[in-house]
Amino acid sequence: MIGLEHYLAVAAALFVIGIFGLFLNRKNVIILLMSIELMLLAVNINFVAFSSFLNDMVGQVFTLFVLTVAAAEAAIGLAILVCFFRNRGTIDVEDVNVMKG
Amino acid sequence: MISADIQTVMPEIILAVYAMLALLVAVYTTKDAMAPLLTWVTSGLFVLLAFYIGAGEAVTTTAFDGMFNNDGFARFAKIVILISAASVLVMSQEYMQKRDLLRFEYPLLVALSVVGMMVMVSAGDLMALYMGLELQSLALYVVASLRRDSLKSTEAGLKYFVLGALSSGLLLYGASLTYGFAGTTLFSGIMAAASADFSLGLLFGVVFMLAGFAFKVSAAPFHMWTPDVYEGSPTPVTAFFATAPKVAAMGLFARVVHDAFGGIVAEWQQIVAFLAVASMFWGAVAAISQRDIKRLMAYSSIAHMGFALMGLAAGTVLGVQAMLIYMAIYVTMNVGTFAFILGMEKDGRPITDIESLKSYSKKQPLMSLVVLIMMFSLAGVPPMLGFFGKFYVLRAAYDAGLGWLAVAGVVASVIGAFYYLRIVYYVYFGEDTDGVDGTMSPVLWTAAVVTAAIVLLAWVPGINLFGIETIAQAAAETLVN
Repeated sequence: MIGLEHYLAVAAALFVIGIFGLFLNRKNVIILLMSIELMLLAVNINFVAFSSFLNDMVGQVFTLFVLTVAAAEAAIGLAILVCFFRNRGTIDVEDVNVMKG
Repeated sequence: MISADIQTVMPEIILAVYAMLALLVAVYTTKDAMAPLLTWVTSGLFVLLAFYIGAGEAVTTTAFDGMFNNDGFARFAKIVILISAASVLVMSQEYMQKRDLLRFEYPLLVALSVVGMMVMVSAGDLMALYMGLELQSLALYVVASLRRDSLKSTEAGLKYFVLGALSSGLLLYGASLTYGFAGTTLFSGIMAAASADFSLGLLFGVVFMLAGFAFKVSAAPFHMWTPDVYEGSPTPVTAFFATAPKVAAMGLFARVVHDAFGGIVAEWQQIVAFLAVASMFWGAVAAISQRDIKRLMAYSSIAHMGFALMGLAAGTVLGVQAMLIYMAIYVTMNVGTFAFILGMEKDGRPITDIESLKSYSKKQPLMSLVVLIMMFSLAGVPPMLGFFGKFYVLRAAYDAGLGWLAVAGVVASVIGAFYYLRIVYYVYFGEDTDGVDGTMSPVLWTAAVVTAAIVLLAWVPGINLFGIETIAQAAAETLVN
C-alpha cells in the first residue's frame, strides 16, 4: 500500500535533486531553470499528496497557483537569459562572473 | 459580503488596475515618450494611496475568509512602502532619462511590485503570501535587468532570478509542509494547530519558510545575491531594492512568525537571533573592503536587516514595534543616501567609486554636510535618526532576555561605523583628486537635503520622531496578541 510518506519521500528526493542541480551544475544556465522547475514540481507533489490525505481541496488549489506562477517565472527567466546571452555570447554558468559576489 | 471584501482590498485593486490600464494606454500611444509622465503619475498615486490608507478607520478588517488582513501593522508597512517607492520613483526619473533608460515599463513594474508588497504585508494565508511574494519578485527580476544592453545589469537580473527562485522554492516547500502538518493554509488555523501540537513536520516547515524569508530580506547566510544585484542594477533600481522590498519582506517575516507561529516563539526565536547576529557581523566586516559605493550600501543593508531582525527575535510587542521603527528609519536614511549616490557623476557619467569622493567638501560644502549626516546616521551616532532605530531594537532585545544579542549588536555597529566614517574621512580629508563633479539636479538636491534635515532634527522635542513611536506601537499591538 502506497501511503502519504511515500509521496513525501519522492517529493523530498526531487526537491533535493533540484537544489543540488542548482549548486553543483557548472555547465549551463538552462539547467538551472530546469532545477528550479523540479523544485516547484516537488512542492506540487507535496501539496497534492497532503490534499488527498487531508481530504481538503485547498492543497490542490495551491498547486494550480504554483503551476501558474512557475510558468510566469520560467518565461521571465528565459527572457532575462536571452538578454544576458546577447551581451555575453554564452550561457555557461562559469561565465556569469562579471561581478564577484 | 463580497463588497466588504472588495472595500478592504481597495488600495491594491486601484493600483493593480491602474498599472494594467496605464500599460495598455502606453503601448497603444506614445510608448516611452510617456515615461516621465507615467513616473510622476505613479508616484502621485502612491502618495494618494498612502494618505487614503493612513486616513482610513483604525480598525482591523479581514477579507476573503481571513486570507487578507487589513490591520494596523499592514497599514503601517503599506504607508512606508508607498512613500518610499514614490520618493525613489521621483528621484530616478531624471537619472534614467539622461541615460536613455526611462522606459514606460519601469514605473508600471514598480507599481506592480508595490501591489505584491502590499499583499505580502496583508497576507493572512499561505496562498496570499505566495502570490504577493511572487508578484513582487517577478516584477523586481525584470526591473533589475532593466538596462538590457548592459552586461552587468542583465547578469544582476539573472543572478537575482536564480537565487530568488531558489528562495521561493524553499519557502514553498516549507509552506507545503506547514499545510500538510497543520491541515490548513490559514494563518489563524496554523497558529491553533502549532500551539496544540508542534510536530517535527511543522518544525521543518518553519525552518524552510524562515530560510526563504531570510533570502528575501538578504539576511546572512542567505545574502550572497545582494552585493551583485545592487552593483549591477541601474542605480535608481538599486535605490528601490534597498527600500520598499526590504520593508515588505520584513513585514511578511513578522506577519508569519507572529500571526502563524506566534504561539511557539521559543521555536523560531533562536533561528531569528542567529540570522540577526550573522547579518550584523557579516554586513559590518565584509563592507570594509568594498570600493564601490553600491556594493557598500548592499553590505550596509545586510547589516541593517540584522538589526531589524534583532527586534523581531525579541518576539514581543516591543520587538515588533522596534522593528517597524527601525525599518521606517532605515528607509528614510536610504532614500537620502541614494539621492546623493544618484547625483554622483563625473563628466556626465555615473560614478560609484568611493575614492572619487575625496576632497568633495571643497567643491560642495552643503552636500558634504548631508553626506556626513547620512553616514553618521547609518552608523548610529546620536542624535541622528539612525541612533534611535538601534536604540529601540537593542532595548527590545534586552527586555526579552536576549542580552547577549544586544551586546553583539553594539559590537557589530562599532565595527560597521568604520566604513561609514571612512566615507566621511574621504569627503573632508581626502587628498585632492578630480573626483565627482559635485553638481546635482534640483530634485536630488532637495531629496538629499530634506531627508538630511529629517535625520538630523527628528529628535528635537516637539517633533519626537514624528510620533512614530506611538503609531508603531499601535501597529505592533494589532499583530502580536
